[in-house]
Amino acid sequence: MHKLWASTYKEFLLLTRDLGGLAVLFLMPLLLVITITVIQDNTFKSIQAAKIPVLLLDKDKGSVAQNIRENLAASELFELVNNDNEQEVQELVRKGTYKMAIVIPENLTKDLNLKVEENVEGILAKFGMEDESIPMVKTKLQPKVVKLYFDPATQQSFKGSVRSNINQMIAKIESQTIYKAFQEQLTEDDSEVLFDTDHFISFKEIDPSDGTKPITPNSTQHNIPAWTLFAIFFIMLPLGINMVKEKNQGTFVRLRTNPVSYATVLGGKTLVFLSVALVQFALMLLVGVYLFPTLGLPQLEVAGRLPMLFTVAFFAGLAAVGLGLLLGTMAKTQEQSAPFAATFVVILAAVGGVWVPVFAMPKIMQSLSQLSPMNWGLNAFYDVFLRDVGFIEILPKITLLALFFMATTLIAIVYNKRKNAV
Amino acid sequence: MILIDQLSKKYKGADHFSVFDLSLKVNEGEIFGLLGPNGAGKTTLISMLSSLLKPTSGSFTIDGQDYKTNTNKLKQSIGIVPQEYALYPSLTAFENLNYFGSMYGLKGKTLREDINAQLHLLGLTDFAAKKVKTFSGGMKRRVNLIASLLHRPKILFLDEPTVGVDVQSRNVILEHLKKINAEGTTIIYTSHHLNEAEQLCDRVAIIDKGSIVCKGEPAALIKAQKDATHLEDVFLALTGKALRDHA
Repeated sequence: MHKLWASTYKEFLLLTRDLGGLAVLFLMPLLLVITITVIQDNTFKSIQAAKIPVLLLDKDKGSVAQNIRENLAASELFELVNNDNEQEVQELVRKGTYKMAIVIPENLTKDLNLKVEENVEGILAKFGMEDESIPMVKTKLQPKVVKLYFDPATQQSFKGSVRSNINQMIAKIESQTIYKAFQEQLTEDDSEVLFDTDHFISFKEIDPSDGTKPITPNSTQHNIPAWTLFAIFFIMLPLGINMVKEKNQGTFVRLRTNPVSYATVLGGKTLVFLSVALVQFALMLLVGVYLFPTLGLPQLEVAGRLPMLFTVAFFAGLAAVGLGLLLGTMAKTQEQSAPFAATFVVILAAVGGVWVPVFAMPKIMQSLSQLSPMNWGLNAFYDVFLRDVGFIEILPKITLLALFFMATTLIAIVYNKRKNAV
Repeated sequence: MILIDQLSKKYKGADHFSVFDLSLKVNEGEIFGLLGPNGAGKTTLISMLSSLLKPTSGSFTIDGQDYKTNTNKLKQSIGIVPQEYALYPSLTAFENLNYFGSMYGLKGKTLREDINAQLHLLGLTDFAAKKVKTFSGGMKRRVNLIASLLHRPKILFLDEPTVGVDVQSRNVILEHLKKINAEGTTIIYTSHHLNEAEQLCDRVAIIDKGSIVCKGEPAALIKAQKDATHLEDVFLALTGKALRDHA
């Protein structure tokens, strides 16, 4: 026990003597979580403060185009900029000056009205409301294409979202035109409203929690757990460097000649780096609770959840330290350990669902994700932050994290023993 | 005290043995010098004796303990001064010694007093609270030595303990080694400083290409070698004047 305490104290001294390193260890994750949350905050807001400038080329000049224009303006998502030259529009988007452009084709209003009128007359004729003796002649109309130009650097998710919005808007305009045509055919009194054109079916999001602690998912509730976990796993970088340094300094050789087990040496490192992870976590929470509101971001809601949150952070920290111990044991140089740790954490985060939700991944990646300790940790954090579950529900995830720590540490000990056996 | 029997070591991928079929007996209370050119196998031999390297074949006992079965007990009775400084640069001299002393199970007031006493003996009292990274090579060598002595080992292995230090530091180190030897510690030491070995060692073995080419008291070896007046003459006569560069 005394040797473990001495090892822990030594690790503490080594860490605190490197003030620059310590600052990086604590400040960089904070900077990361603040930056990501500020950036992602808009995607969680229903009303956006910043409008996206969009080029609009109206070749139609009719009522449909006017309708599209009004809908786009009303969405508050876009700021319309008119331009009459399609070549120039294309060039401006290609260069990235504008993120996107919408080109409304010529005669859209005329052709849409004509098509709808012919269809409506045809239907009414079937019901005997039109003179069937006059044969219906359908005009050959080419389908109209509303062209969308996107900056090549635009993300797919943004494109998809815009396409979906515009599709919805065009469908609405089409259905309104049909209603209008029927109205005109069936009554000559413009003031008489035959059709209720309001949406009949709508959706409403219901919070599936039991209502005792309702949580509104927002950028803070999503980002703090995800990026805190990312930062916690980054602990393997300084831990790996710490261990490789010992090898290069010769202190590890001296330790091998001392009557102290490798498990004790690793124990000291575990206690200190796990404490660092927990302090990091506490700082993240403080930032979420106190700093975010001052930046205009949603406040992190932690009331009544702190013991569970620290339990998850504890086991996530253990898993991260286990990885660091294994890396530090196997790596011979800092050139091996540092790039590996940095890249591996990013891979773990990607596979674990920090960036892209696991359900949106290909099947094979979804299976791989189940093996990522970051995925176990992230789900446990979401359970506590967003699903408001009890200890029993997070138990399987934190057990996996604990087993992961034990497995990685055991492999490190066995590897060291085999490598240095006498 | 140390009984080495046909000890050999061949590194993975190497085409020759670094230590080959080496047998040697070091008596209790001796200062025994292992001398040899670069790559002769001195450090490999010391590394095996201090449980850092696994021998390819052969065996040895230290103080009656077999290295395979009593590794931890053996570690308690030996001290190793490695060629590297083997200290934490950002810790103070006292903190380094306190930590390495603790690894031998030493603690509390006894350990603190012992550290202070050793620092005093090696002229480092005023630097106890200074970080090792600010020390000169000679000061680091002295702290390195103390770190291996705190648990009062019966046998002390020193791998080039005076390399890269000034004359004053070397003198302090050698005097200290004589003192602890007089108190009963057996010392096995490697060095390139042959005059230093000549003065310090009771017996020496000259090793070349992994094998002992001669051993005995320095004076006897000089006497036995034709035209030799110093150990260096014996050394050059037995190992040749060709450079021993290797990579």
